[in-house]
Amino acid sequence: MAAIRRILVANRGEIAARIIRTCRALGIETVLAASVADRDSLPARLADRTICIGPARPAESYLKIDTIVQAALGVAAHAIHPGYGFLSERAGLARLCEEQGVIFIGPTAAQIEAVGDKLRARAEAEAASVPVVPGGAVDTAEAAKSLARRLGVPLLVKAVGGGGGRGMKRVDRLEDLPHALELASSEAGAAFGDARVYLERFVTRGRHVEVQVIGDGAGRVIHLGERDCSVQRRYQKLIEETPAPGLAESVRRRIREAGVRFAERLAYRGAGTVEFLVDVERDAFYFLEMNARIQVEHPVTEAVTGVDLVGEQIAIAEGAGLRLSQRGVRLRGCAIECRINAEDPARDFQPAPGRVTEVSWPAGAGIRVDTHIESGSSIPPFYDSLMAKIIAHGPDRPAALARLREAVAAARVVGVATNLPFHAQALADTEFQAGGVDTGFVARLLARENVRHG
Amino acid sequence: MTLTAKDVAEITKLLEESSFDELDLEIDGVKLSLRRGGGSKPTAPTAPTARTAPASPPTGVAAHSSPARVPATSLDPNVHDVPAPLLGTFYRAPKPGAPPFVEIGSTVQAETVVGIIEVMKLMNTVRAGVSGRVTEILARDGVLVEYGETLMRVGTA
Repeated sequence: MAAIRRILVANRGEIAARIIRTCRALGIETVLAASVADRDSLPARLADRTICIGPARPAESYLKIDTIVQAALGVAAHAIHPGYGFLSERAGLARLCEEQGVIFIGPTAAQIEAVGDKLRARAEAEAASVPVVPGGAVDTAEAAKSLARRLGVPLLVKAVGGGGGRGMKRVDRLEDLPHALELASSEAGAAFGDARVYLERFVTRGRHVEVQVIGDGAGRVIHLGERDCSVQRRYQKLIEETPAPGLAESVRRRIREAGVRFAERLAYRGAGTVEFLVDVERDAFYFLEMNARIQVEHPVTEAVTGVDLVGEQIAIAEGAGLRLSQRGVRLRGCAIECRINAEDPARDFQPAPGRVTEVSWPAGAGIRVDTHIESGSSIPPFYDSLMAKIIAHGPDRPAALARLREAVAAARVVGVATNLPFHAQALADTEFQAGGVDTGFVARLLARENVRHG
Repeated sequence: MTLTAKDVAEITKLLEESSFDELDLEIDGVKLSLRRGGGSKPTAPTAPTARTAPASPPTGVAAHSSPARVPATSLDPNVHDVPAPLLGTFYRAPKPGAPPFVEIGSTVQAETVVGIIEVMKLMNTVRAGVSGRVTEILARDGVLVEYGETLMRVGTA
């Protein structure tokens, strides 16, 4: 067992600040690898030391594997925490760490590869008796046509190397299939360097439910409940909560078990999330993909379990294995999170980078705010627009929701446009308050609001 | 045969005068990678290399061999900072034991090589970027330098 005394944090923004906080609590030194644009950020001030790894553009700094590993070696860090996004799911970083004797806080390179290839992940799911969306790989236009005929429309053409909605095309009429295949394939080739595509039935009314798992890397896996992330706009999650409201208890139990089975099959190491699509009309669920990293929405799980997921990631990376048993995980109450982005709802949610002249985040019982934004912080145009996550915890959903509504109303940001007004509307909406919305909710809500405002 | 410091300097010079941007040379298991302009591309580390990198496994003891903090940029308009074009391990000489590329007082041209920055065994040349005389050398040999850190200063008066 190798004690980790110094961690290179290879990320930025709120997640960098969040990782540093746990490290501090554990007495672990942190070195932040920051681009020029982030040298004066809050995480840079929180870290014990900051080193500048390159220019603002991610391709010249946060995405350079060699530079990150060289930085870790240069500052004698024992481990690298990749956060989410950037290099977190690049097998190349995990592999170079393995070669250089630096601990990668995450799964093995082989596990990242296994879940990064969507077709391979599908095959692993099937092998673990985890249901997948009806569909499959297509090598030729003929094969695609016959598979599409069996699946029926609407269906989706998806990129094998894609994720998060990128490289995805919806087909509503069979005659449109050849064109969609061509388009998806060439887009996928350009975006992911992998032109392979596959077909899946399109679930008309679906909910996005994911299972948080942690594994010791030796085959033992437990879950920490599920999260419902159905409030999405163009596949970007906006509101997440746990437990998933209104799910039949049998479905909830089977989803959790399926998530564990999938991770067990890979002998998964560290924290990961197994995503499922719940088919509301059929009361069925299907494996979507596994995210081999800490997720943006992990705080809701932390709120109801009391488990510090970053702390568990570090313990597993040190070789301590799982410190929790499945029976030791207690889920208490409900937690809901709003992602506050610097984007303008009035201008079709366009990113709105700039300087935050004044900000005041809410506080209070059951409220947690994960952020890197203070008065005077700048939001550079090079990175994603996430400014903060407001998380409310309560003994039940109505209590958590009431706290969250108050917290969102109390948040004040001056200088840049934010989606705070959107969140206020969504949380006040009767459909959301009833719980268990499907992924079409945001589009319906925006349409309703447009009608109301003329 | 092995590569001597003189060989490396000679090869570096040949690359500079050529129309190529990079050179990968392998002689008897000794691999030398040179790139123009301080850019770097991901490459698998290869061993052994022309120099032995000080990439000792991290130990808690070898802590904070932190580079000299970047001193404030000189206000003298005739003094130019030479910044690190990328993060990596800075070397003043082409090989351990070899004479440094430049010393205080050395005359340099914009294209003069003043050091090497290693990123995962890939050697990137650092050029003066300005002509004049080296007045100060701030970065220590074999130590991690940050992107943009001032390595040395050149007086142009």
